[in-house]
Amino acid sequence: MSTPIARPYLEVKDLNVRFETDDGIVQAVTDSSFSVERGKTLGIVGESGSGKSVTSLAVLGLHRTRSNAKVSGEIWLDDQELVTATDEQVRKLRGGKMAMIFQDPLSAMHPYFTVGSQIVEAYRVHHPETNKKVAREKAIDMLARVGIPQPERRFNDYAHQFSGGMRQRAMIAMALVNDPSLLIADEPTTALDVTVQAQILDLIRDLQDEFGSAVIMITHDLGVVAELADDVLVMYGGKVIEKGPAIDTFQNPQHPYTWGLLGSMPRLDREVRDRLNPVKGTPPSLINLPDGCAFHPRCPYAGRNGNRSFTEVPMLRGDVHKVACHLPPDDRTTIFQQEVLPNL
Amino acid sequence: MLAYIVRRLFNAIITLLVVTAVTFAIFFAIPKATGSDPALLYIGKQSDPAAIEGIRTKMGFNDPIIVQYGKFLKGIVAGRDYANGPDVTHCPAPCLGYSFSTDQEVTPLLMEDLPVTLSLALGAAVLWLIIGISFGVISALRRGTFIDRAAMTTALAGVSLPVYFTGLLASAIFIYWLEWLPQGQYVPFTENPAEWFTGLLLPWITLAFLFAATYARLTRANMLETLGEDYVRTARAKGLTERVVIGKHALRSGLTPIVTIFGLDLGALLGGAVLTETVFNLRGLGYQALTAIRQNDLPIILGVTLIAAFFIVFANLIVDLVYGWIDPRVRLA
Amino acid sequence: MSENLLEVSGLQKHFPITKGLFKRQVGAVRAVDGIDLEVRAGETLGLVGESGCGKSTAGRLFTRILEPTGGKVVFEGNDISHKNVNQLRPLRRDVQMIFQDPYSSLNPRHTVGAIISAPLQIQDIPTPQGLKKAVQELLELVGLNPEHYNRYPHEFSGGQRQRIGIARALALRPKLIVADEPVSALDVSIQAQVVNLLDDLQREFDLTYVFIAHDLSVVRHISDRVAVMYLGKVVEIAERDDLYKNPRHPYTVALMSAVPVPDPARRDRAQRDRVLLTGDVPSPINPPSGCRFRTRCWKAQDICATEEPPLTVRLEDPQSHLTACHFPVVDDETVAGRRPAATPA
Repeated sequence: MSTPIARPYLEVKDLNVRFETDDGIVQAVTDSSFSVERGKTLGIVGESGSGKSVTSLAVLGLHRTRSNAKVSGEIWLDDQELVTATDEQVRKLRGGKMAMIFQDPLSAMHPYFTVGSQIVEAYRVHHPETNKKVAREKAIDMLARVGIPQPERRFNDYAHQFSGGMRQRAMIAMALVNDPSLLIADEPTTALDVTVQAQILDLIRDLQDEFGSAVIMITHDLGVVAELADDVLVMYGGKVIEKGPAIDTFQNPQHPYTWGLLGSMPRLDREVRDRLNPVKGTPPSLINLPDGCAFHPRCPYAGRNGNRSFTEVPMLRGDVHKVACHLPPDDRTTIFQQEVLPNL
Repeated sequence: MLAYIVRRLFNAIITLLVVTAVTFAIFFAIPKATGSDPALLYIGKQSDPAAIEGIRTKMGFNDPIIVQYGKFLKGIVAGRDYANGPDVTHCPAPCLGYSFSTDQEVTPLLMEDLPVTLSLALGAAVLWLIIGISFGVISALRRGTFIDRAAMTTALAGVSLPVYFTGLLASAIFIYWLEWLPQGQYVPFTENPAEWFTGLLLPWITLAFLFAATYARLTRANMLETLGEDYVRTARAKGLTERVVIGKHALRSGLTPIVTIFGLDLGALLGGAVLTETVFNLRGLGYQALTAIRQNDLPIILGVTLIAAFFIVFANLIVDLVYGWIDPRVRLA
Repeated sequence: MSENLLEVSGLQKHFPITKGLFKRQVGAVRAVDGIDLEVRAGETLGLVGESGCGKSTAGRLFTRILEPTGGKVVFEGNDISHKNVNQLRPLRRDVQMIFQDPYSSLNPRHTVGAIISAPLQIQDIPTPQGLKKAVQELLELVGLNPEHYNRYPHEFSGGQRQRIGIARALALRPKLIVADEPVSALDVSIQAQVVNLLDDLQREFDLTYVFIAHDLSVVRHISDRVAVMYLGKVVEIAERDDLYKNPRHPYTVALMSAVPVPDPARRDRAQRDRVLLTGDVPSPINPPSGCRFRTRCWKAQDICATEEPPLTVRLEDPQSHLTACHFPVVDDETVAGRRPAATPA
């Protein structure tokens, strides 16, 4: 046989995550597939309840401690499958090969331990042979590399003594202390001011250049995605509804929901519009997803092409730029050019 | 941190002063207002007026209340002399006066009872902490399972059943029926540690059952809340083992509220566990207080109240300091 | 020139910091430290700035939820700076507030009907067709189902809750609504719905808005004029297009350049043009002398530390508008050199 095709660094196939709750089964992620190479950034965009955070937590295996969570599908990290791996195998990868930074660094850092000791802890759990002194130096070095002034002094401070931006830097230092080759950033700048956001995005970009990690950037902010991502994944109701290279997806979006997201945003790079063009209605409940295309109750174009939207779940189709929509590609292009683009 | 300690210490002293003033006012000023004569309580009704007047002068009941209070405070701090002309009785510090019914000094009386209460309270505290916290943590980690439900049902029973019921029931079973334990008598630890232990075992268990139940429920609730915190998720994301995640990150903050309540509970118990002491016939501070109330022996009641108040204020002070030590946000605010 | 509905001058709010046993005052958080501006009838004035700049405090001073430490608040010609609760009651009919968090600003134990009708009852407003009908009309106005009159806040989504907050604010038919970050807790698509709703209501009821937000794009969309705040001061205020096309204050320039644009094709240019501010906003307890932005400003010179720049118009600059800066940015100023050397390592 021919040599096997190299697998992408992270490859997620048909991921499903569901939670059994008292109110019913929450189908948080349905059949989601994507991959990221080292040195590349994948942006996952969606609103609350779209499944974007649940997806990332599933990659890290953080649902394993929740007894009501069921994860199925395949998650391949550097040729190791994670869904079927043991808890101990996944734990060893967590914080080592794959690391994560969270939205609110104040609540994501332990209030009772110094920032430095938390970084040391992160280092030593994956380098048990190192003594405290070496680990401490490593932590201080990391704090300096993420741009925290006076790292020796700040090492002994607690999270509440840091400003929001410095706290997120410290969080990044903690995530990167073991040189992870996959970094997942879950809304890392949402709690920050724009000027600080710009600093943090800059930092993530620089560090990625330096470490060559694969980065997954999860956000609701299309601007942040456009800043960093090479590829974009748009999620809605737990499903991937559009994915493709960033430039293509932003310039020639294919899914009506993506149009809606773009139409919802006032943009500084365009003239002021008279009105915004938001998606009408509210996101669906994950306990009771609509039949057919999950977006059809809010889609202004549902039914233009027969009744399939109401009954049949659309497949994600396309070569490089894929979309899950029943509208034929030509119709979508026409609608986008004539009805959507003029209002963006 | 030093300013924090000084501030807390200062608060504690002020609180104690207020407590002494209020209790003193209640126990000494009220008989005066209602016309009952404390001097008579010392000496009995049939005595001749000269003897009564002598007692009044000696005990200082003729002084204004504020002066009496001042002397009382001085007695606690430095000891005092009760004098009626050449008849002087010295009461060494900390002087809490003399019992109405036995004319003995209050302080040594109470000091005799203190070890009993101390043994009872501290032993029970160790038990209920261990049992309450471990069951609380296990329940939280195994939420919704059989273990959780069983533990919480038992805890509910523990909270609802009064000590005199569980105490009598336990005595009936272990002392009289199974005869596993000797009929209770308090033996000082210094005399015979083994008998001290067996004598206190049932009171400990009885008292601990009540508190362990509350602590298990509280620990469970706190742990559940903490386990949902972002920093626990971060700890897992770092790849820490579940043992470290729970034992270090979650427990540290999950148990913080327990510190507060433990300080208050222990402080309150050190002033006398009236019901438990009575049920098991232990001559501790609570027992002493009960006897004093029956005999209207105001100096002893005042003494026990002050000791109780002291322990509560002291425990509170310790809690504040421990809190400052645990939570840097308090310390560095 | 339209008349001014609200005028504030020299407005200050200092929150005292106390210390020690006797709660001695050792300083003050100078949240709002001398702002002058006016809100014209029928306009939307946007108030932008980053956290801690005092914009929320300013909003609470405008509505007299807070009492100013110094300066004046004048509403329709009446000085309301130090009026007490009873004297303010008539003002509450004319000035209303919408808050950021639709979860905590609605009482969870009251039905939506009770929440929205409360202002009507407190102010003894006659409702000819009955209170219920009045509330249902308000619900319909903000795009909610009038049948949901008897539901509780937790039965609604975030966006719907914000609509309830808007209905409550509208109940008294106010003249001025101060909206403090009304859409920042909402998802993008819901955010746009609420922005459109606010637009429609303004047109229908001739409302005047003060729109407080940190999101420069949303503020640009909704505002007629915009004021930029930094550390308790207004540093620049202008007609919307003047401000966004020709920002004059270096802080405004930095702020605008930091906003990520949803266009990956422009990524490189955006990054090149970006003014990266270093460090953090200084503490409002002890703000820098002179110009408060000088510690992070790439144009700062000695005078900036000694002399506070007044909020004025520069006559030599045709595009100028009220700016508090000694060295305002000019058109086509090169951005090279603004970007600081790589983050300190």
